Amino acid sequence: MTRLKSSGELEALRKSITEKRDPNKACITICNGTGCQAYGCKDVTAAFHEEVERQNLTAKVDIRSIGCPGFCERGTLVVVKPQDIFYQRVRAKDVPEILAETIGKGNTVNRLLYTDRKTGEKVTYEHEVPFYKKQKRLIIGNNGLIDPTSIDDYLAIGGYSALGKALKMSPEEIIDEVKKAGLRGRGGGGFPTAVKWESARQAHGDTKYVICNADEGDPGAFMDRSLVEGNPHSALEGMIIGAFAIGSNEGYIYIRNEYPLAVRNMRTAIEQAEAHGLLGKNILGSGFDFNIRINRGGGAFICGESTALMASLEGRVGEPRAKYIHTAEQGLWGQPTNLNNVETWANVPLIIKNGADRYREIGTEGSKGTKIFSLVGNIGNTGLVEVPMGITLREIIYDIGGGIPKGRNFKAVQTGGPSGGVLPESQLDLKVDFDELDKAGSMMGSGGMIVMDDKTCMVDVAKYFVSFLEGESCGKCLPCREGLQQMRDILTGITEGCGKRGDIKLLEELSATLVDASLCALGSTAPNPVLSTLRYFRDEYEVHIKEKRCPAGVCNLEAVKVE
Amino acid sequence: MVKLTINGREITVEEGTTILHAARENNIYIPTLCENEAVAPYGACRLCLVEITTARGRERLVTSCIYLVEEGLTVRTDTERIGRIRRMLLELLLARCADSEVIHDLARQASVTRTRFTKQTGNNKCILCANCARTCEEVVGVAAISLARRGVDREMTTPFNEDFSEVCIGCGSCAYSCPTSAITLEDTDGTRVINWPHNQMEFKMKACSVCGKYWAPEKQVEYVARTSGTPLSDYDACPDCRE
Amino acid sequence: MEVKELKEKVKQVLQKYQLDESVLVDILHDIQAECGYLPKEVLEETSRGLGVPLSRIYSVATFFKAFSLEPRGRHLIHVCTGTACHVRGTVKVLEKMEQALGIKTGETTSDLKFTLETVNCVGACALGPMVIIGENYHGEMTPETVGPVLENYN
Repeated sequence: MTRLKSSGELEALRKSITEKRDPNKACITICNGTGCQAYGCKDVTAAFHEEVERQNLTAKVDIRSIGCPGFCERGTLVVVKPQDIFYQRVRAKDVPEILAETIGKGNTVNRLLYTDRKTGEKVTYEHEVPFYKKQKRLIIGNNGLIDPTSIDDYLAIGGYSALGKALKMSPEEIIDEVKKAGLRGRGGGGFPTAVKWESARQAHGDTKYVICNADEGDPGAFMDRSLVEGNPHSALEGMIIGAFAIGSNEGYIYIRNEYPLAVRNMRTAIEQAEAHGLLGKNILGSGFDFNIRINRGGGAFICGESTALMASLEGRVGEPRAKYIHTAEQGLWGQPTNLNNVETWANVPLIIKNGADRYREIGTEGSKGTKIFSLVGNIGNTGLVEVPMGITLREIIYDIGGGIPKGRNFKAVQTGGPSGGVLPESQLDLKVDFDELDKAGSMMGSGGMIVMDDKTCMVDVAKYFVSFLEGESCGKCLPCREGLQQMRDILTGITEGCGKRGDIKLLEELSATLVDASLCALGSTAPNPVLSTLRYFRDEYEVHIKEKRCPAGVCNLEAVKVE
Repeated sequence: MVKLTINGREITVEEGTTILHAARENNIYIPTLCENEAVAPYGACRLCLVEITTARGRERLVTSCIYLVEEGLTVRTDTERIGRIRRMLLELLLARCADSEVIHDLARQASVTRTRFTKQTGNNKCILCANCARTCEEVVGVAAISLARRGVDREMTTPFNEDFSEVCIGCGSCAYSCPTSAITLEDTDGTRVINWPHNQMEFKMKACSVCGKYWAPEKQVEYVARTSGTPLSDYDACPDCRE
Repeated sequence: MEVKELKEKVKQVLQKYQLDESVLVDILHDIQAECGYLPKEVLEETSRGLGVPLSRIYSVATFFKAFSLEPRGRHLIHVCTGTACHVRGTVKVLEKMEQALGIKTGETTSDLKFTLETVNCVGACALGPMVIIGENYHGEMTPETVGPVLENYN
């Protein structure tokens, strides 16, 4: 591959790729995301390749391994294009039949179709599956269209055209467009992206850095993983545009080591982008240079915090520092640094390509665009859902998620990860956006959404999250390190039948101290699970303490007495 | 120079001064354990939190050992909220290091007489402020000790938690910088023992060629000679006899 | 592995990263992949090679969950304790796993066959409770399936 020297050459290349592709040729896409790997998608994919050879169908059908389209519940997911026939729970043994029937004869294999739980009817096409119907899949939808290891696939769906456009804009124009779009950070904070960019652009420094945070540490959240695994070029394109706007020539992607496939696919994407002249020196002949390096995380939730992540990038322990001087002015190596999360970066090409006005059409007053949530826990349809901001929790959980399985009832939903909050049934009609979730005592966080049924004990849930955070506290500041340990101790006591009068008050006082006195956001948000369960499920705490009983039947309050 | 108000008193200090130092220069007391002028600000103990209102009217809690003074800043060091935070932090500290006199004194000053939290054992007065390790790295330039592991498992220790650190010169800066006397030095009969919270190490002392007094650990003398590029023989006599 | 051999491995990894201390975490990952864990000699060699104090290498190696300073078993078991797996009952799976192996989380069996660890989330939440052994994903685990799953590993 010779490096592309202009956006004209890029468009010419795109044209030559799309011209070679017949939109009417059958293509079988197989999800190869981590979720489907757990279902054995590798065997399914291998079987398709073998069978296509064996049945002499190479001229008739293409096989494409794609990233996660989101519906993890029904893996391995297979879609036959161009009709978009949706097969679910596909096993290797089903492959010959799919090829013989659907490709060979144009029939559908009914037993592999999805059954609508409400109507009991079979659904043939992907877009008719209730799980997908109410979604607005602007970002993650592309995962279903491309092989993440193929830059040609990304170019074929219009990839890097936003970069071509951006390089002809002035940095200020790009920042204005992102500002107008109202993009807010998808990593948790919800801070206006353009304001950050502007500060970093205006800051003085020898070198400026741009970082992509892919250290997705929230247990039960995997949006970023799926984006990096399934469409690495989209985040990359966003980063290159952002770097150009800020005036940075060096970028880092910090990826969780627990996501080996994401690391691999991103590495491939970077090599491809470099080979095409989309990264490196003189990008698309614009004179702009930008290089990206991948750093792997070491398994520390705290490294999702920007200053801790930067400490880790400097080869030190992942300890945060006080942010009185913003990282936009003094971040990595003391230089102006801009950090955004994967999903935020992936939104950037969309804004530049279609314009801020189009982008603003979706969402609420204060939160524009879509948000990807990972819908997990006691829910019918586990998976990744991308929804317009402002959709209600009820729509996500019941219409998209298919409600609570096993005939049980909804009890609560946890949003915002370990330091988010738990919301009860009375909040189900809450419109999901940054501000509404905050007001209800939870938060958007990076987009974890864990549904809990009536067999869930809320004191146990609070204990779970506090234990998690205790294990992830870096230990630098006193309130977080000592406070979480004591908080977990009190909660353990309550769940083991040793709760006493004053425990709730002490939990509340301790929580207030963590909120006020912690050095970083891990500590200051850590009491949220306790505060939100106390706010909505206080009676459960009281029953544990006064009656030595767990209403959900989870805690063994006899545990201590027996010993 | 920067003009600000602390507890209603108008003061003027040099630009680049932290709130804590500005207060100290003006005899306004703010408690702290981890602050150490010799090393970079760290902000771990949180006892020095103060309430501020910026010139633009923004109110917030800040770490006074890190936050730099600003023109028109209003600082309050003794509000009810600050009192509440400090008392809770001291309760947590009492649970962590029940055997530390320094903590007990601070608690008494804040009228905290007991802790409602589970008392811990095995911390040996160490509050993990890292003053020792920071001094060792930033001032001495040796980095013989550090904080290992994270969160509740964190310990101030030597590499591999041994009674040995190859690069330690025995200078004792760690002990001098420790706010809670969790690190101690014992010099007896030509031997220095440094007791860290979880390890200890012995050092041979150098005797003065003139008066015979043991005046510094041999390793420290070698280190000084090496880093200053002077011959080791320059250090045969102790500083008193070298004059 | 002989100490000399270990040192050679470290040298190769450090060369690959051009002695850049800022990629210390990556360096330690690669060394651990070569050696199975992070022996003391290896960390000392890393310290010398990079010119970074051993105390800092030790801090970083013990700070991150991914690193082990002790030898680990042939099969690394990761029980996912992410939230989705938790609400689906991973605690009981983990308890059964500890019982079946006769070790606690974080420990290695005396025959060096298994090391048991927990992981926060692998993002395969649809199949929780999730157990990962080596590179194999075992989904929808229950205390009853622990025994049969372990039998697949020698």
